[in-house]
Amino acid sequence: MAGTMKRDYSLVGESTRRAIETGLASAEWYHTDVSRKAMKALMQRSDSPAIRDTIIWIGAILGSAAGGIYFWGTWWCVPFFFVYGVLYASASDSRWHECGHGTAFRTRWMNDVVYQIASFMLMRNPVTWRWSHARHHTDTIIVGRDAEIAVMRPPDLLRAVLAFTGILDFRYSLPTLVRNAFGNISPDERSFIPEMELPKVVTAARWHVAIYVATIAVALYMWSWLPLVLIGLPRLYGTWHMVLTGLLQHIGLADNVIDHRLNSRTVYMNPISRFIYWNMNYHVEHHMFPMVPYHALPRLHELIKHDLPEPNPSMWHAYREVWPVLLKQLKYEDYFLKRELPPTAQPYRGEFHDVNISAAAE
Amino acid sequence: MADWVEACAVDDVEEEDVIRFDHGGRTFAIYRSPDDEFFATDGFCTHEKAHLADGLVMDDIIECPKHNGRFNYKTGQAKGAPVCVNLQTYPVKVEAGKVMIQIA
Repeated sequence: MAGTMKRDYSLVGESTRRAIETGLASAEWYHTDVSRKAMKALMQRSDSPAIRDTIIWIGAILGSAAGGIYFWGTWWCVPFFFVYGVLYASASDSRWHECGHGTAFRTRWMNDVVYQIASFMLMRNPVTWRWSHARHHTDTIIVGRDAEIAVMRPPDLLRAVLAFTGILDFRYSLPTLVRNAFGNISPDERSFIPEMELPKVVTAARWHVAIYVATIAVALYMWSWLPLVLIGLPRLYGTWHMVLTGLLQHIGLADNVIDHRLNSRTVYMNPISRFIYWNMNYHVEHHMFPMVPYHALPRLHELIKHDLPEPNPSMWHAYREVWPVLLKQLKYEDYFLKRELPPTAQPYRGEFHDVNISAAAE
Repeated sequence: MADWVEACAVDDVEEEDVIRFDHGGRTFAIYRSPDDEFFATDGFCTHEKAHLADGLVMDDIIECPKHNGRFNYKTGQAKGAPVCVNLQTYPVKVEAGKVMIQIA
């Protein structure tokens, strides 16, 4: 069982070997039954919702940036940069995500353009992260396989809190881009990026680094922080909303299981957060059916909620629920929150999981 | 010698859709394009083992349901990450309301 050995979160270590040996890697996952007709309707792509949302997003970015620039040097610039930062460094995460899946727009080039812009805003190598996210969907929260486990066990709570400031991401992302720009690709990265894609990793990193160098040059020329407050530093001061919403996706739930109902969380959120997050609060639904665009997730939720755990009614509720679990994991890392299923749901199939159910919080 | 095998009836596949066809221990995907032509490819994505018949057909593209990898189902061409390997395609003909595919 998972509880008998320490978790190794590297992608080339003992947990990796074990996940492959036990069949947890690239496994067949549970899916709620949905008719082909209904799924086909849900999967349909449309440009209009994402064009509308992108116009609002870009418009709000430009508007808040204009306000911040206009009031630069006074305290009045703070609320403008507060908005700008969230749009730049948090809303970009959901745009990166949806466009990476290719589900936001029907037209491919639109997905690609927004994906590249959002990747830059996030300091994410667009090639590396496309592959890491594919792995995240293949092996969601499988220790040693999933490159995107945000809170490992035992949880580092200081690290989790610091994540809201963006400092840790910044310290990881920027050196990674520079390292990639010099052609250095780590063993972990090589474990999920095909050989033929590696040159693209280097090229993308060089473009990103070049833009940051140009921004620094402009800042020095102007002898002002303003260019960096607009490009780069939002990754520090605007990340908090991405972390606030994104941490809830899987934190405190089971690992090493092949049923997204056990390791992912759906949380009802306010409409502003849902706009910023592009409906990724329906996270069980997204993982179970990643072909469904963000704007159709509420409909998918209504269709399959009889088979899913009760969603958390708010972010506050979800964090209150998960906090004691994290505290307990400090001493007993196998402990996790087991999501209860409604009587209408298909039961969890324990024989397909590696998790020690006796360790679960009921 | 390649054999022609009956895969399905014409009406089994909706326009701009795909169905799964299993034969001889292999899995195929049978497509009906928006302009009412039929095509056939291997049934599994070349990236990871996912049934393409659960995916989405848009114009001449099949998108894999697992990672949204995209192929041109008419030519089998992989259209970018996370799919890098082309899909095997098979000749198709329609006879007496039946879709036939030629399997090597």
